[in-house]
Amino acid sequence: MSAALLEVEGLRVGFGNGTQAVRGISLSVARGETHCLVGESGCGKSVTSLAVMNLLARGAVRTAEGIRFEGREIAGLSEREMGKLRGDAMAMIFQEPMTSLNPAYTVGSQMAEVYVRHRGGSKAAALDRAAHLLGRVGITAPGMRLAQYPHQLSGGLRQRVMIAMALMCDPKLLIADEPTTALDVTVQAQILRLLQELQHELGLAILLITHDLGIVARMAHRVSVMYAGRVVESGPAAELFGRPTHPYTHGLLACVPVPGKIARGEPLGSIPGTVPKIGPGYSGCAFRERCSQAMPACGAGDVPGREAGPEHRYECHLGADWTARLAAEAAA
Amino acid sequence: MLIFLARRALLAMLVTLTVLTVSFMLTRLTGDLAIAIAGPQASQADVEIIRKAYGLDRPLLVQFVNWVTDAATGDLGRSFFYQEDVTKLISARLPVTLTLGLTGLSIAILTAIPLGIIAAMREGTLLDRGIMTIAVIGQAMPSFWLGLTLVIIFGLKLQWFPISGVETWQGFVLPGIVLAFSAIPALMRLTRSGMVDALASDYIRTARAKGLSRAAIVLKHALRNAAMPVVAISAVQLGFMLSGSIVIETVFSLHGVGYLGWEAIGKNDFPVVQSVVLFLATVFVVLTLLADLMNAALDPRLRTQ
Repeated sequence: MSAALLEVEGLRVGFGNGTQAVRGISLSVARGETHCLVGESGCGKSVTSLAVMNLLARGAVRTAEGIRFEGREIAGLSEREMGKLRGDAMAMIFQEPMTSLNPAYTVGSQMAEVYVRHRGGSKAAALDRAAHLLGRVGITAPGMRLAQYPHQLSGGLRQRVMIAMALMCDPKLLIADEPTTALDVTVQAQILRLLQELQHELGLAILLITHDLGIVARMAHRVSVMYAGRVVESGPAAELFGRPTHPYTHGLLACVPVPGKIARGEPLGSIPGTVPKIGPGYSGCAFRERCSQAMPACGAGDVPGREAGPEHRYECHLGADWTARLAAEAAA
Repeated sequence: MLIFLARRALLAMLVTLTVLTVSFMLTRLTGDLAIAIAGPQASQADVEIIRKAYGLDRPLLVQFVNWVTDAATGDLGRSFFYQEDVTKLISARLPVTLTLGLTGLSIAILTAIPLGIIAAMREGTLLDRGIMTIAVIGQAMPSFWLGLTLVIIFGLKLQWFPISGVETWQGFVLPGIVLAFSAIPALMRLTRSGMVDALASDYIRTARAKGLSRAAIVLKHALRNAAMPVVAISAVQLGFMLSGSIVIETVFSLHGVGYLGWEAIGKNDFPVVQSVVLFLATVFVVLTLLADLMNAALDPRLRTQ
């Protein structure tokens, strides 16, 4: 049995109009660790997370060489069997705390429901657990909150409720799709700290989807950088931040202002252009149009996968030492 | 919640008062009522006697106040034609109208909502389009034609149901179906579009992420949010069924309130006309109020407004 809690291999997601949102990616999340999936909007991060839960909208076609959860193959599971996992061993929270709770039911009823569904027992027992978890995620007066409706809560509170609800059945994996994007910066920080605490306490593995490299630096044990449906670089967080190798990762990092490193008035980096939509028969590197290092080889064929260090992989025609070479050339 | 109730109730009373005024004015706009009641052969003296007897000689405002205060105490005056209390006339016909309307609405709801849900769940498929096509055909079908067709097939040929009268419950089946047909398309479309929106919402994605059963997702989480416009339109449709079933009451020889009002118009029986208008308007007001209350029960956001 492998150590990884979740292993995804060769995942592909296409839509009816021919768009290929995810093009054969692999990633693994180990028990108790945070794996960040990072990239711009439209590069397939959310689709990947929904595909793992098999929650894709109708019209999306998912194929995979394998999706293993706790060593068990779950890619071929029926909706009914998948339903037994969802909300139980694997839970998910979303980007839109304002609309992710049902406006017609109380917080308590929505939280109790998932527990009764997977663990059975009385609603009263489930409500007790819900109150306990609301307290755990830092909500004061949980008893009162249970009786409230979502519209009576702020966005930050709703996201805490979503997190507490996700924890109802002690999941082993929490998939968090941009959980703090819609929140104020201060609330964002609180929610991230909460997720870290919960991870330590419960040994929760987190697959965190974000476009915010600040969050990645803060949360991630392992990082996968996604671009146009491919994981273009992945590795342990320290390794990847220390030696970013793919030009896209470089570009992303250059977009982040680092206090002390970037002088006032100096322009921030940016990557020209946008993520292309990938249709059928696309070939070559999807980043070539925006890449400062593009070469003729990028135009067609598969992009080779390379090692940049221990467990540090990237997909590019450039050798791992291309930045050093570039710097040497500039010096000479 | 109390404020919500009080506001809705006040609104309902204002609407009723407005209807009282309008129905009072309209019947008096049709000409000199005393002459109409007395008939073509009456002498001038007869007309004056009738004018006095019915209080038509008094100032309009006095007549109006009398009519409102009497109506408030349940006294709607006497019918000129039947020489009977209007309250009695209406209450005698009420059971037929109510049974027919409720039968029609029940059939409509039990057909339209499941079909609407199925269409929404299979959005864009052949099944969805088939169901919606039937809805369009249903909407286009005139109720007298459908009524007569049903009478010919199920009444005369198969003899499953009586062709007229409501001596037994079977008598309500065919007219109930015809009434339901007029309401089904609207209810079905609303159910479908509400469910399509609800099923695409973030909270349904959450419900799926919680691993809930399909039944809980569709019937508990989606339908409750899709139900509000359906409830509102059901109330209006029931109002139509209670008031506008004259064609159906004629086809099936049912003597309900609508038929009474229609007859009274022909006979210039103005106490009956204005009372029937008042009654039907009140029915609409009460049904709307009920729909508001049901929606408040369905959606907590309405309660705290």
